Amino acid sequence: MSKKKIYSIKLFLLVLPFIILVLTFCYYPLYGWMYAFFDYRPPKTLSQCQFVGFKWFESLVSSQVKIDQIIQVLKNTFAMSGLTLGTSWLPMIFAVFLNEIRSVKFRKFVQTVTTLPNFVSWVMVYSIAFSLFNSTGMMNSLLLKTGIIDTPILFLQSTKHVWFTQWLWLTWKNLGWAAIMYIAAISSIDDELIQAARVDGASRMQIVKHITIPSLLPTYFVLLVLNVANFLNNGMEQYYVFQNAFNKDYIQVLDLYVYNMAMGSGGYPVSVAVSMLKSLVSVILLIIVNKSSKLIRGESIL
Amino acid sequence: MKGEKNKNKVKVSAQDRTVEIICYIFFCVAAFLCVYPFYYIIINTISANDISARGDIIFLPKSIHFHNYTSAFQISGLLQAFNISLLRTVIGTSLTVFASAFLGFMFTQEKMWLRKFWYRLVVATMYFNAGIIPWYLVMKSMHLTNNFMGYILPAIVSPFNLILTKTFVESVPKELQEAAEIDGASVLTVFFKVIIPVIKPIMATVAIFSAVSQWNAFQDTLLLMTNTKLYPLQFVLYQYLNQASSLASLAQSGTSTASLAAAAATAQTTTSVRMTITVIVVLPIMLVYPIFQKYFVKGIMIGAVKG
Repeated sequence: MSKKKIYSIKLFLLVLPFIILVLTFCYYPLYGWMYAFFDYRPPKTLSQCQFVGFKWFESLVSSQVKIDQIIQVLKNTFAMSGLTLGTSWLPMIFAVFLNEIRSVKFRKFVQTVTTLPNFVSWVMVYSIAFSLFNSTGMMNSLLLKTGIIDTPILFLQSTKHVWFTQWLWLTWKNLGWAAIMYIAAISSIDDELIQAARVDGASRMQIVKHITIPSLLPTYFVLLVLNVANFLNNGMEQYYVFQNAFNKDYIQVLDLYVYNMAMGSGGYPVSVAVSMLKSLVSVILLIIVNKSSKLIRGESIL
Repeated sequence: MKGEKNKNKVKVSAQDRTVEIICYIFFCVAAFLCVYPFYYIIINTISANDISARGDIIFLPKSIHFHNYTSAFQISGLLQAFNISLLRTVIGTSLTVFASAFLGFMFTQEKMWLRKFWYRLVVATMYFNAGIIPWYLVMKSMHLTNNFMGYILPAIVSPFNLILTKTFVESVPKELQEAAEIDGASVLTVFFKVIIPVIKPIMATVAIFSAVSQWNAFQDTLLLMTNTKLYPLQFVLYQYLNQASSLASLAQSGTSTASLAAAAATAQTTTSVRMTITVIVVLPIMLVYPIFQKYFVKGIMIGAVKG
């Protein structure tokens, strides 16, 4: 072997331990998809179990009860992702109007304060929600004192507006942070363009409409496309901490369904089957949006 | 220039004024909504517990005391949980920072065998995952369930942080490394002596992202740990919340009377303990965040350009 080759292998050996970590924790679990095709019972190993083909996939739609359940879960997933997707322009508008504030100090203050919730975990958010909205919390005692209601409202156990309240918490947590990217993009807009518009007598709303927003649209488009690709991946942490016996039907999104099923009656193989289908759809979505982004903008996102 | 500015000021129309006023009102409300929940919890933990339990503390603390904090760490398991949270944050963060810096540098070394392939292999993990159950089964087969290392090992290589550092290393002039190599420095010497000193800002960014995610982590405990000694603060708080909410729903169904009176009396301590733990968990982030905000912003900027 040449000296050059030895050196290039040596460089590789230095990163090898980290590659092994990635292979173990990110690629090796893919092998676990095998469980979806076997009659797996925990103490046994996979080789001792019987191969059952697509039995678990079929069992997902085997009875009307199960079909109804899956449809409800899909509805929840689509509703929550749909709300997020439909309001994905909010951070952009937030940034645009924050930029209209002239006082730099106030702007910095708002930016700092509104990004803070992003760094608080979902358990914390739930704890805050619980403190404010339980039967002796701030909301109920205010409403009781002002005489608007005479028995406490159980906001967190409510089955009404679950999709909407979950969206509200998500927005509370993310809005300020998501706006940062747009704030940065605004600061890179050519100042001469804005000055020129002013000289021509454009009002501030006109500048916003014809200069600021159009220059943010490319950023918005990239993020939108990534959002579409993640349509089925809501994550489970938020919904897990907010779920209770009352709102369960409306809060269970796919990710949470997979977890609840594995821990509950369904067992591992069925839940692996569901998460497998979910991953496949996600990958297909990612490929489609990537291709369409290439077609429309001549630029791929990956 | 000055004249032009004055002219602009004159031209501020009534419509522009209204827009500005609406903006101010909107952002004041937004800031209030983000600050008040934290403020509400803090004033409740330092007010008398019985007033607080009735929900009477809304804007100002009443009969201030700090007993909740001094007694918090006497609750069994809480100090242990605090130590676990601290340990995983410190150990996990240092390993992630090192791994990200090292890999970020190594993946710029064009001479590496199949460099692009390995880099893509790592970064691709950002876009897929096998799902929680297969992941759990793998962790179990490697005896990482009920094992502190289960918190650490999977988090060491993070593709997002890797992209951040690699982008930063690419902006460092190649001449620095070449000069050191002419002087006979090996790759490792170059990394430790030349690269690390210049990439410190991005290492700080990675450290903060990683520390926040370790401190906030919840799901891995839920999946991997049944040994209560390994529960971090987040998880202990969640258990308290769960008890509190089941107590609350019990009280609502209103079945028996005597046992419920007892539950209502103990509920007072549940409330104060829950809020105190919340403050203990949130406070480090609230204190650290404003100081390091610029690093966060830098991180999301580089991530945005690349992502």
